[in-house]
Amino acid sequence: MTKGPRDKRMTVDEVVATLEDGITLGIGGWGPRRKPMALVRAIFRSDLKDLTLVSWGGADVGLLVRAGKVKKLVYAFVSLDSVPLEPNFQKARQEGTIPEVVELDEGMFQTGLRAAAQRLPFLPMRAGLGSDVLVNNPWIKTVTSPYEDGQTLVAVPALKLDVALVHLNRADQHGNATYLGPDPYFDDLFCMAAERAYVSCEEVVDTAGLTVDAPVQRLLISRMMVDGVVETPNGAHFTTCTPDYERDEKFQRAYAAAAGGTDEEWTAFADRFLSGDEAAYQAAVADFADEEAAT
Amino acid sequence: MTASRADVCAAAIADAFADDGEIFASPMGLLPMLGVRLCRLTQNPDLVISDGESVFLANPPPLFAKGDVVEGWIPFRRVFDVVAYGKRHVMMGATQVDKHGNQNISAIGDFARPERQLLGSRGAPGNTVNNRTSYWVPRHSPRVFVQKVDVVSGVGPRLAKAAGRGASRYNDIHRIVSDLAVFDVLGPGDTLRLLSVHPGVTLDEVREASGCDIHVDPDGAIPESRLPTAEELVLINEVLDPKGLRFKEVPNP
Repeated sequence: MTKGPRDKRMTVDEVVATLEDGITLGIGGWGPRRKPMALVRAIFRSDLKDLTLVSWGGADVGLLVRAGKVKKLVYAFVSLDSVPLEPNFQKARQEGTIPEVVELDEGMFQTGLRAAAQRLPFLPMRAGLGSDVLVNNPWIKTVTSPYEDGQTLVAVPALKLDVALVHLNRADQHGNATYLGPDPYFDDLFCMAAERAYVSCEEVVDTAGLTVDAPVQRLLISRMMVDGVVETPNGAHFTTCTPDYERDEKFQRAYAAAAGGTDEEWTAFADRFLSGDEAAYQAAVADFADEEAAT
Repeated sequence: MTASRADVCAAAIADAFADDGEIFASPMGLLPMLGVRLCRLTQNPDLVISDGESVFLANPPPLFAKGDVVEGWIPFRRVFDVVAYGKRHVMMGATQVDKHGNQNISAIGDFARPERQLLGSRGAPGNTVNNRTSYWVPRHSPRVFVQKVDVVSGVGPRLAKAAGRGASRYNDIHRIVSDLAVFDVLGPGDTLRLLSVHPGVTLDEVREASGCDIHVDPDGAIPESRLPTAEELVLINEVLDPKGLRFKEVPNP
């Protein structure tokens, strides 16, 4: 009997049970787009602490800094787009509750992930020169070209990750995964920069099903980069997961109002939406949508 | 059709992209989007424009409408490629811009514990040492135009030169357009230089609204920013912004 690649399906809670205090965690997607929010929510309600978070940030960063999970944050921006300033992130920065921050240029981020994915210590780049990225991060060094131009460039350090979490539209049970929206973001780089990578997805399908309605070029993630696969329908909520769903703007407004409001308002929001498991969250979101539709 | 202040700003932004040739114009914000699309329809039909998300649009749609024909794919990873390639002119916002043309969108106050956390530096450090960069300031005030920015996100020419040729070679801070005036950074010692004031604005008003020194070339009167042409007014009013969204950003004085 022939053998096939292994089945990597896991639950959200099984993934989070593999994580340890103090690890460096990369979160895929971009701002308020295709974030692995079901996994983020599970970390939010876990006992994990002292995480280093690496993210082109949106509510993933907001939730985890609000929960006090983050010892160090590596970011280029944190934004919800239609709500430009992420209120939980803003509050945490202004109250000084994130012990260490590394603010990079958003292109440096890609270069750093690429260096890690290529197992290099750094890659050269212009971005950062002359800016306060180098002033506020004096550990980031420059490098001089060994060729006749002799230019000084930034030696963007590898952003090595212990674990990457990404959310794709479809995956098979082995970890091959495809995005169906307009932008791959950098999810392949996150997986390749990490020691372990977990892919959550809207739907697990047969391997053949991945290319039934999508060109092969959309197969961004190969199973060789992946350690676990989680089926989490609506798992990117309230960020986009085009074309399965767009951003839930009403819910995002409610989140932002609570995050930027009083402690009581935040507690009420967290009690209603974030205190139970993922099924409880999705049920509470459905109730919220019904209420909004009725008003 | 009379021109509003917003229309004057749109024309000034269009002028900033007029001589760019066939490059990717990246406007951040409403008026920059309007000005770039106006430029694409008039002065520079070769400009490459996007939906601000992931595709190049063959034809400029009205503000916030979808384009009909797609002519290319520009996901975020390819934006970074084009930044390094250099064929790009970005017009960003600026919470602060200083007399040396440095820009801040990161934080107000001390970076370690900011009084006000903003977006983060986004792509400003990379943009400013790789491709032409302009800024749009919808409300010119002493809190925006400052002597020294609290955090350097976008790099002005002075700091770029100090960082060496790797930084200065492609540093090109082109225009700063506000609701009052237009500047470049060719004043003495790489400082802000006033190029024109919008119709109805005086030099004193610009100085009062600025918290930093503004260089004025000594050889005569400051020109007025030009009025939009009749063709431009038709395009703005009937094609690109029939709903008048631009007046939310720049109300008539």
